[in-house]
Amino acid sequence: MEDLSKLSLVEQINGLKSKKFSSMELTEFYLKRIDQEKVLNSFISLNENALTEAKKSDEKIAKNKSSSLEGIPIAHKDIFCIKDQKTTCGSKMLENFISPYSSTVYEKLSSSGTVNLGKTNMDEFAMGSSNETSFFGSVLNPIDPERVPGGSSGGSASAVAANLCSFATGTDTGGSIRQPAAFCGITGIKPTYGRVSRWGMIAFASSLDQGGIFAKNALDAALALENIAGFDEKDSTSINKKVPPFFNQAKSKDEEHVVGIPKKIIDDIKDDNVKNNFFESLDILKKSGVKVKEIDLKNIQYSLPVYYVIAPAECSANLSRYDGVRFGHRCENPKDLDDLYERSRAEGFGEEVKKRILIGTYCLSAGYYDAYYLKAQKIRNLIKQSFMDAFKEVSSIMMPTCANVSFKLNSIQNPVEMYEQDIYTIPANLAGLPAISIPSGKINKLPLGIQFIGNYLEEGNLLNLSNKFQQNSNFHNE
Amino acid sequence: MNNTWESVIGLEVHVQLSTESKIFSNAPTKFGQTQNSQASLVDLGLPGVLPVLNEKTIEMAIKFGCAINANISSKAIFARKNYFYPDLPKGYQISQLDDPIVGEGKISIEIDNKEKFIGITRAHLEEDAGKSLHDKYENLSAIDLNRAGTPLLEIVSEPDLRSAKEAVAYLKKIHSIITFLEISDGNMSQGSMRCDANVSIRKYGDKEFGNRTELKNINSFRFIEKAIDYEIARQIEIVENGGSIYQETRLYDANKNETRSMRSKEHANDYRYFPDPDLIPIIISKEKIQEIEKSLPELPEQKIVRFIKDYKISEYESKNLNASRELSNFFEKVAKKISSPDLAAKWILGDLMAILNKNNSEIQDSKISSEDMINLLCKIEEGSLSGPGAKKIIELCWSSSESIDVLIKKEGLDEVKGEDELLKIITRILEDNSKQLEQYLNGKDKLFGFFVGQVMKETQGSADPKLVNKLLSKKLKQ
Repeated sequence: MEDLSKLSLVEQINGLKSKKFSSMELTEFYLKRIDQEKVLNSFISLNENALTEAKKSDEKIAKNKSSSLEGIPIAHKDIFCIKDQKTTCGSKMLENFISPYSSTVYEKLSSSGTVNLGKTNMDEFAMGSSNETSFFGSVLNPIDPERVPGGSSGGSASAVAANLCSFATGTDTGGSIRQPAAFCGITGIKPTYGRVSRWGMIAFASSLDQGGIFAKNALDAALALENIAGFDEKDSTSINKKVPPFFNQAKSKDEEHVVGIPKKIIDDIKDDNVKNNFFESLDILKKSGVKVKEIDLKNIQYSLPVYYVIAPAECSANLSRYDGVRFGHRCENPKDLDDLYERSRAEGFGEEVKKRILIGTYCLSAGYYDAYYLKAQKIRNLIKQSFMDAFKEVSSIMMPTCANVSFKLNSIQNPVEMYEQDIYTIPANLAGLPAISIPSGKINKLPLGIQFIGNYLEEGNLLNLSNKFQQNSNFHNE
Repeated sequence: MNNTWESVIGLEVHVQLSTESKIFSNAPTKFGQTQNSQASLVDLGLPGVLPVLNEKTIEMAIKFGCAINANISSKAIFARKNYFYPDLPKGYQISQLDDPIVGEGKISIEIDNKEKFIGITRAHLEEDAGKSLHDKYENLSAIDLNRAGTPLLEIVSEPDLRSAKEAVAYLKKIHSIITFLEISDGNMSQGSMRCDANVSIRKYGDKEFGNRTELKNINSFRFIEKAIDYEIARQIEIVENGGSIYQETRLYDANKNETRSMRSKEHANDYRYFPDPDLIPIIISKEKIQEIEKSLPELPEQKIVRFIKDYKISEYESKNLNASRELSNFFEKVAKKISSPDLAAKWILGDLMAILNKNNSEIQDSKISSEDMINLLCKIEEGSLSGPGAKKIIELCWSSSESIDVLIKKEGLDEVKGEDELLKIITRILEDNSKQLEQYLNGKDKLFGFFVGQVMKETQGSADPKLVNKLLSKKLKQ
């Protein structure tokens, strides 16, 4: 039998429909792959009912009652709550937390007929850019197991890249989908803030968090995204707009593109390989007939400091509920209430999470609020405005996804150096814009990614541009 | 109380809004249910849950704002107020800091027959916390989250109150406004209206305020008066003995009638307020405010004027009848059904209030219904029941489950004696009291009342006193 795990999502859907293979066979294939690649540590937990779910899908396919993604085995970042299943968020705090309810993203994909293979590893509470902060250990990059897969959705990226699932869900607060997608040589999309419901997606920084997709290529990503996007009355920040058919939009020949090149950012790229790759990628687009225009993105250089005020501030409050009282880790024999709080949190949270809670608490403290949080919000608005100005002239903006290729495990010890990993990805989160990373070549066998940032709700346009690039290149199949 | 010291008081009143469901979840808000049976996923603060605003609370807050002629904000923003407490599930309370929904307004109170205006600083929406139960289990604290997420309107006054009496008058006014608006049941014993008082003293004529203490969570009109009076006396004593008042929070102990220090300012929380990123700003249009303003129910002031006009009752009676919505409604129901409404005012404010006070009850708990009252008053009007008879029935009715008509029959009060029968009784009484009769005939006029009394006693109050008077004087002249 051919290696079913190497097929694209679209090929798998067709194979299942034409009964070339069953969901059971496909699921077994993936479970075997997951077992073979255990060393990657991509998963925190596996779904015991995966084969049962696959069987049900096969029955539906047999009765011609299949949903859009019927029988497709996928993986979920362990940040999405699934009823009666462990949801750890990569933390000791939630090591034994069994969710009594399911996230909207899971519910949607489940009703689309997908088979849940399991929950993927991640940086603790999605805080990290290398997947090294997970309580459940680092994830290895399948391209080079001495290197990190990126983070925070490192498990999902590594699982898709190693063919351990058809596609995977992820979340992106400052680059947590795009950076690992680039490091692992796959496609990763973060939609417009509010396009995908955050209900049941454990919060890191509420105004920045957005669920998205890891897939083998842009068309697969489009199809998967169609199935998780949409208004949800349970999320007040959800956008009440009809979801266009992303898959058709991605394939369409009618989409027009004027790609903006933020000249200053590109000029300032430090790594020559990254810079060269950017221009080579641009040439591919130009050859396929895409128009290009230089733009100026003002204030974008402040993105990193702004992000490292706002995200920790929000996380300091979001993580207050982990107090050892109702659920999650509780210290043994607390001697009083303060002791219960202090030790439960000291034991349950890892170093990176504690660091960010402290930064956030500091930024919001009396006397510092105006200087940090308020100022950061003002600059955030200016950054948004810069993008809005740019989108008057261009349909999307092109940048590298990362400043470098994947690095070796434990090689970055300086936290600021680690934070700088997200320098090109953070602006889209601050502005709430959709952005996608697709493979654009390799340096010494290590993948590089190129990023497209689109206007609000223009995921379809981004996917179309990405598909165009992938039709004129083969990096996504290498 | 003291000619040197002026007391300065400001009140923060928390009013539970009577919505069906909570402010940010769809859990019901019923009081007195099984512990934690009214707490949803959102109220429990589980990982991944999100708040969704109950729009009814906005309408109710606007109603209150309109009723006190306050500025209604065109934009309402919810903020997180961060502090750890076991009955605060998220580790923050969703409240409002900047842009409260109701801005400055004023409320008039009546003190010693003079009108005084008390400034309202603001009124904002927030969620209530749960309850910690410390005496239910030995060595354990229990948490009931039924109340968590119940909508509160916090009404903050200017420091315009100058005595405990004024504070009570102000509270009663708030109570009447919220109950007439039907935005709260105002039930203080169930905690639907709670009050914190900021109390300080200064020398008469001083411009500066003294250091204030905050008295927490006082939940009856009686206790608020006692607590404030106690606190004023305490502060005066300290200052007159050369001491100083420190800013602190104090708890009122109703059993001991004293206030005790809870925490000093050094231990005061830094709440680190910031806008809640899970909730978008609420935009309130002028049209919406106008619409709500038009639909406001009749307020006490308007009712007082209308009752005087429609029912020909005194201003004093009208004010007393409008002390609460329930009393006002009770009166109006009765007044509409009888031919002389002033009779209803007299009986309701007289005998009915007397028995309510005697039994420590409110009109809504009255065992004498408005129908009973109509029945009694109609009988008085048609002359089939005497005043003393009705008085007796009211008392009997309170402790009996039998109907008014049955009670009247049982007591023989329906057999109002005719003239002939009364004359027979009068003749007999004059015969039996020949000594008194002789004295009367010799000029001791006072004894007329004695004879009336004897007749009434004989007829058990069922006789019409006017008729008795008439017949008796006729007989005595013979």
